[in-house]
Amino acid sequence: MSEKTIQIIDGNEAAAIVAYRASEVLAIYPITPSSAMGEFADEWAAEGRRNLYGTVPIVQEMQSEAGAAGAVHGALQAGALAASFTASQGLLLYIPNMFKIAGELTPFVLHVSARTVATHALSIFGDHSDVMACRTTGFAMLASSSPQEAHDLAAVAHAATLRARVPFLHFFDGFRTSHEIARVQCLTNEELLSCLDAECVAAHRGRALTPDKPVLRGTAQNPDTFFQAREAANGYYQKCPSIVESEMVKFGKLTGRNYKLFDYHGAPDADRVIVIMGSGAETARATADWLNARGARVGVVTVHLYRPFSIAHFTNILPNTTKRISVLDRTKEPGAIGEPLYLDIVAALAEAGIAARIEVRGGRYGLSSKEFTPAMVRSIYNDLAEKNPRNHFTVGIVDDVTHLSLPAADAPDVFDNKVFQSLFYGLGSDGTVGANKNTIKIIGEQTSLHVQGYFVYDSKKSGAITVSHLRFGPEPLRAPYLIQEADFVGCHQFEFTDRFDVLELAKPGAVFLLNTPYDAARIFDDLPLEMQQSIVDKRLKFWVIDAVKVARDTGMGARINTIMQTCFFAISGVLPRAEAILKIKQSIEKTYGKKGAEVVKRNQEAIDRTLDYLFEVNVPTRATTSRRRPPLVSPNAPDFVQRVTAVMLAGKGDLLPVSAFPPDGTWPVGTAKWEKRNIASEIPVWDSSICIQCNKCAMVCPHAAIRVKAYDSECLAGAPEGFKSVLYRGNEFPEANYTVQVAPEDCTGCQACVVICPAKDKANPRHKALDMAPQRPLRDAERERFDFFLQIPEAPRENIKLDIKGAQFLEPLFEFSGACGGCGETPYIKLLTQLFGDRLLIANATGCSSIYGGNLPTTPYTTNRDGRGPAWSNSLFEDNAEFGLGMRLALESRYADATNLLKQLAPRVGDDLARALLEADQTNESGVAAQRERVLALRGSLRAIHTNEARRLEGAADHFVKKTVWLVGGDGWAYDIGFGGLDHVLASPWNVNILVLDTGVYSNTGGQQSKATPLGAAAKFATAGKSISKKDLGLIAMSYGHVYVAQVAYGAKDIQTVKAFQEADAHAGPSIIIAYSHCIAHGYDLMYGTDQQRLAVECGIWPLYRVDPSRGATGEPAMQIDMGGTPKRSVKEYTMNETRFRMVEKTDPKRFENLQMEAQRDALRRTEIYRQLAELRVQQIKAGSGTTS
Amino acid sequence: MDLSTTWLGLELPHPLIVGASPIVDDFDLVRRAEDAGAAAIVMHSLFEEQIELENITHDAIGAHGNSFAEAATFLPKPHEFVLGPDAYLEQIRKLKKAVAIPVIASLNGATNAGWLHYAKLIEDAGADALELNVYTVGHDPEKTSMDIEQGVVDMVRRVVRETSLPVAVKLSPQWTSLTHFARELEAAGARGLVLFNRFYQPDIDPEHLDVAMRLHLSDSTELPLRLRWLALLSGRLSLSLAASGGVHTGLDAVKTVMAGAHAVQLVSSLLAHGPEHLAVVREQLTKWLEDHEYQSLRQAQGSMNLSRCPRPEMYERGNYIKILQGYTRMML
Repeated sequence: MSEKTIQIIDGNEAAAIVAYRASEVLAIYPITPSSAMGEFADEWAAEGRRNLYGTVPIVQEMQSEAGAAGAVHGALQAGALAASFTASQGLLLYIPNMFKIAGELTPFVLHVSARTVATHALSIFGDHSDVMACRTTGFAMLASSSPQEAHDLAAVAHAATLRARVPFLHFFDGFRTSHEIARVQCLTNEELLSCLDAECVAAHRGRALTPDKPVLRGTAQNPDTFFQAREAANGYYQKCPSIVESEMVKFGKLTGRNYKLFDYHGAPDADRVIVIMGSGAETARATADWLNARGARVGVVTVHLYRPFSIAHFTNILPNTTKRISVLDRTKEPGAIGEPLYLDIVAALAEAGIAARIEVRGGRYGLSSKEFTPAMVRSIYNDLAEKNPRNHFTVGIVDDVTHLSLPAADAPDVFDNKVFQSLFYGLGSDGTVGANKNTIKIIGEQTSLHVQGYFVYDSKKSGAITVSHLRFGPEPLRAPYLIQEADFVGCHQFEFTDRFDVLELAKPGAVFLLNTPYDAARIFDDLPLEMQQSIVDKRLKFWVIDAVKVARDTGMGARINTIMQTCFFAISGVLPRAEAILKIKQSIEKTYGKKGAEVVKRNQEAIDRTLDYLFEVNVPTRATTSRRRPPLVSPNAPDFVQRVTAVMLAGKGDLLPVSAFPPDGTWPVGTAKWEKRNIASEIPVWDSSICIQCNKCAMVCPHAAIRVKAYDSECLAGAPEGFKSVLYRGNEFPEANYTVQVAPEDCTGCQACVVICPAKDKANPRHKALDMAPQRPLRDAERERFDFFLQIPEAPRENIKLDIKGAQFLEPLFEFSGACGGCGETPYIKLLTQLFGDRLLIANATGCSSIYGGNLPTTPYTTNRDGRGPAWSNSLFEDNAEFGLGMRLALESRYADATNLLKQLAPRVGDDLARALLEADQTNESGVAAQRERVLALRGSLRAIHTNEARRLEGAADHFVKKTVWLVGGDGWAYDIGFGGLDHVLASPWNVNILVLDTGVYSNTGGQQSKATPLGAAAKFATAGKSISKKDLGLIAMSYGHVYVAQVAYGAKDIQTVKAFQEADAHAGPSIIIAYSHCIAHGYDLMYGTDQQRLAVECGIWPLYRVDPSRGATGEPAMQIDMGGTPKRSVKEYTMNETRFRMVEKTDPKRFENLQMEAQRDALRRTEIYRQLAELRVQQIKAGSGTTS
Repeated sequence: MDLSTTWLGLELPHPLIVGASPIVDDFDLVRRAEDAGAAAIVMHSLFEEQIELENITHDAIGAHGNSFAEAATFLPKPHEFVLGPDAYLEQIRKLKKAVAIPVIASLNGATNAGWLHYAKLIEDAGADALELNVYTVGHDPEKTSMDIEQGVVDMVRRVVRETSLPVAVKLSPQWTSLTHFARELEAAGARGLVLFNRFYQPDIDPEHLDVAMRLHLSDSTELPLRLRWLALLSGRLSLSLAASGGVHTGLDAVKTVMAGAHAVQLVSSLLAHGPEHLAVVREQLTKWLEDHEYQSLRQAQGSMNLSRCPRPEMYERGNYIKILQGYTRMML
């Protein structure tokens, strides 16, 4: 482990470097925002770094947090020093074992980057709702407020747990602390070792289970003994606070950094005191200082040891002058008298006998990383000074429903101009965040300045906007909130000038740097009025650079990061220019030196060229344009989109009041279409003269941004100029017209459609029916054409032949999601909505598909003209199969109810109609359409019947139309965390369909290995390359016999995919489709995703098959292999194209060769198994006869 | 038999060396080649395009990083992971440790661009010499033959400036005035020429309207082209010459040496028969020289070049007439 004492790291790393060194076993599982702690540990273990005891800790990824909890419990019982990391739902899965670990008085530290527990919605961001759910487990709870504290108190936790024998939950705020980069003074190995009592370590080992000295733990106890035995542990909890205190004292002597169980900060004679835990304490302290400097008498109690709660320590630290306390909870406990910390303080004062002289108020703040700023702290102190301070208030939001929120106070400048604050607006793909992390490192490591970096991302996986918040100052930066006033604003994408108010937070006189293709002489005139006005009014120093040109000239591609970083150093004045440039160059050498000399050289050249292209703009004295920034959404958008979605899109969601939101998390569908992101620099252009009308472009488009229609020529009336239309070639729509149309503002420019397009110009094969062309000149005309295209009626579903071509004439009801450009999952989901969207329920496991499926501000699932569309919900990660099954059970139950009622009312609605409704054949689109007509007729009849039964049947009548339930999720869900539930659902008779979007990694959390990771691939937690074969989920599912199973890859054989979806839907029992999904975690340009799919199939690692029990029932082999049964090429031909495999070659060529050989063997083994299964005929038993046929 | 020769200033026990090929990727094959007596090995080329590609890969991996709140990266960060060009340098270091014979690195490119600075890095990694594989296809109508030649000369000059290693230039046969051009290269600092590069010949896939790349192994029919140009250059320049392409037997080697080669690169024959084939060719070469009572290889070296052969016109148009006439006679 590094001995370097000053490190520029975030809170996760700060905690992990303690946990790693103090532990021998680390059982982990990825979950945001704690994943990085496990990843650091895994990387260090892979490098062979040793812990304090001279061994390399064993880092074991488990199938879930429940699994990790079990593994650490076992490791602890067998005498290892163990630790783990988690958050949110993951922490909830730890809870059963936490009771056990605490009940057995086991030293252990669980480091938690505290995150919101999903309620009406999931949130990956930070609050204390997860840790508060653990109060009853018996764990001690220690809270850190900053990355430095996350390091220091991690050490205190590891030290204290050994002495106290009480396990510790050490937590800090998810994102705000876990992801804040700061200058952290780290403990050396000697220092950390001296914190950990060797005798206590030995005692822990002495309690280990061993057959050499056997004892028994985990007994079952009865009413006669359990209670007393539980009380027997009291002494340990009574001693725990003083042990923590003494460890803190010891730590203080060692490092000079002093902590107490409760730290008081502020006026010694304070009358108003805030009690708070976590990063918010830093804000409260800085604000208290500012107020006290202006005559106030206020203070802050920072809670570190929350459990066991020491009343004596708390009351001792409170100034005797305290009259009023405001207790702030970063959690919500609906229905409670107050939030947990508030109740503890009320009880503590009561028990201490001082409740009568101190009034206590409680309030909530900061849920889901909601900002908590000095202005909010000020408003809390202000309110405490009121005659009747509010209780159970909220701060940081506007509650116009229950009116609990405090009014906002003026923002104090707590920095007193001593801190340099800079804001950078960029795209994820332009490297802005990476460059800023590098800047922080340079300044933090090479100067005496303190640094702080925090990064905000939007919710999209493609074209994501990033905002970097960087502070530099002479003192530690106690400001865990976003920048409110910037000395420097960098806008790294010119497009933003028309989309956001990037200068809103610029201070008067600040420096503004804009990356633009326009030169300094004319750029001002090109800006919208609002921006011009800001520049003039605030007297900004305005600089421009054409970073794209510099990047292009120096071979940097789209990465403008180094160039913009150089500009920052050149004009911000944070460091002397020459010194700064030298430092960037040194840092480039350090960062990329190992990766490749060419990369270093290009970056160095880019730095040298940058200064030649950096110009200051001569700003006029007044605005020169009347052009305003265009609205973010069309004025035609529905009211909700205008009122709520548009505000969120503008980055102003914080301003929305409580009344804007549905109270149960229900959200309208189909809002993604109103967000025109324009992220593609190039879009496909259709050449109708070459097109062979195969519709493959529409099939592969991950964002439904290229579509096809066949329609009557009369629909062309009023077509905008340039709208392309040709005669349709198929027989199913004779004399129809045909159009391929791109949605120019929704396309991500991934080129998947262009790569798949098979139609080449015979005279000039370089030209295809789809070629990419710059979007900007096409945007307006194509927008108009796309709008017109949408007006053209959809082809009648019942006339469409459901092959791959036909399926694309079905309207997609999943569009413009935030998935990555070239995503390999979304084409399956889109197809699902095309085939069954108007009668589809989706239970979606947490993961990529739930994020691009339901991460606000916008929603990609949408409706058809009749208002029907997929009904979608996400419960959790681990329970999705069960959740989906529940939906099916409800449908069955409602159908049974409807059937009963119909039978009762049949004489009155008509026996024929009733029989037709009950016996309807809905196996095809015509049947479904006919049934919808019958339901309409039924409703008509019911209107005339005035009974309760008739009303009930009206409510249930839609259930006569067949519904299809799909359980969608990734391989992390299906193979790992949700496998138990998935297996149980497969083992049921119910008609549910499971779609596994198999990327072979936990994609959403950053590419950690799952049991679906292919042999030989490198993934996080399998850095050296996975040596175990991928689990054959299909084979497991087949073992039941009644399950429909298919393995598909649309890039290899799309018609097979369509068939599998249809057969799964038609199958009366459970079905599962395992779908090959390429992913950015595979490490290649996803425009070639379909090529890789084909190679995967042809080399035998992903044979396409379908197993239909109904075929088996006829005596035929249930399994049929559709492609890839006999490998046509070597596995290596597939793997050599992907970085995840080649990475192994780069690090260990021998291992690579061995793994490749194993993978080849494995492919042959699997294809051989399938071949034999495809020949397997099972004798059928004739019903009633007892004989076989 | 004294087979010793000097190639690029390297004193070699005999002229047979392993040409640029995938053989160097496999240490077992390299050791077998050394055991078979190879005088030196040339590494497979580090391609300009490869350097480019690795940069693109680097960008592609980074492109998705720091874009999304839940994950700053999507691939693991192995400690030892290095991209292609640096892996190449590492391979030089490993080869130098593994074998005692000279290791000649190879750079393959067409532009006078940043990749050339790899020459210095290759030197630092321990290579004994550098083969600059110039692969230009004159497809640009704006460029004159002089532009193209000057481009290569500049490239050589730049590489020679970057490194103190002896530099050989591997050429294609398609130069209008190869003799003059060779002199220019010599003036630019080249210490040797390798004749010739064998192009990867593109083929057409009519089914998919696409271009397919094919690589055919050479055979002895490709030798005469080398022999002619070796003979035309030998003795007229002070730089050393090597043949590449078409040498499969000891007799091929004899002819090549007689035409003026100081070194003979073997690739296709080794790929076809294994590295041990080098010993066979060497044995055949020795035997031929012994049978014909030569005292040393140097005695034969250049004996059939333009200035010493009995009928020099045969390397010029005479050769052309003779073959045509011979062919006509065969037809008759």
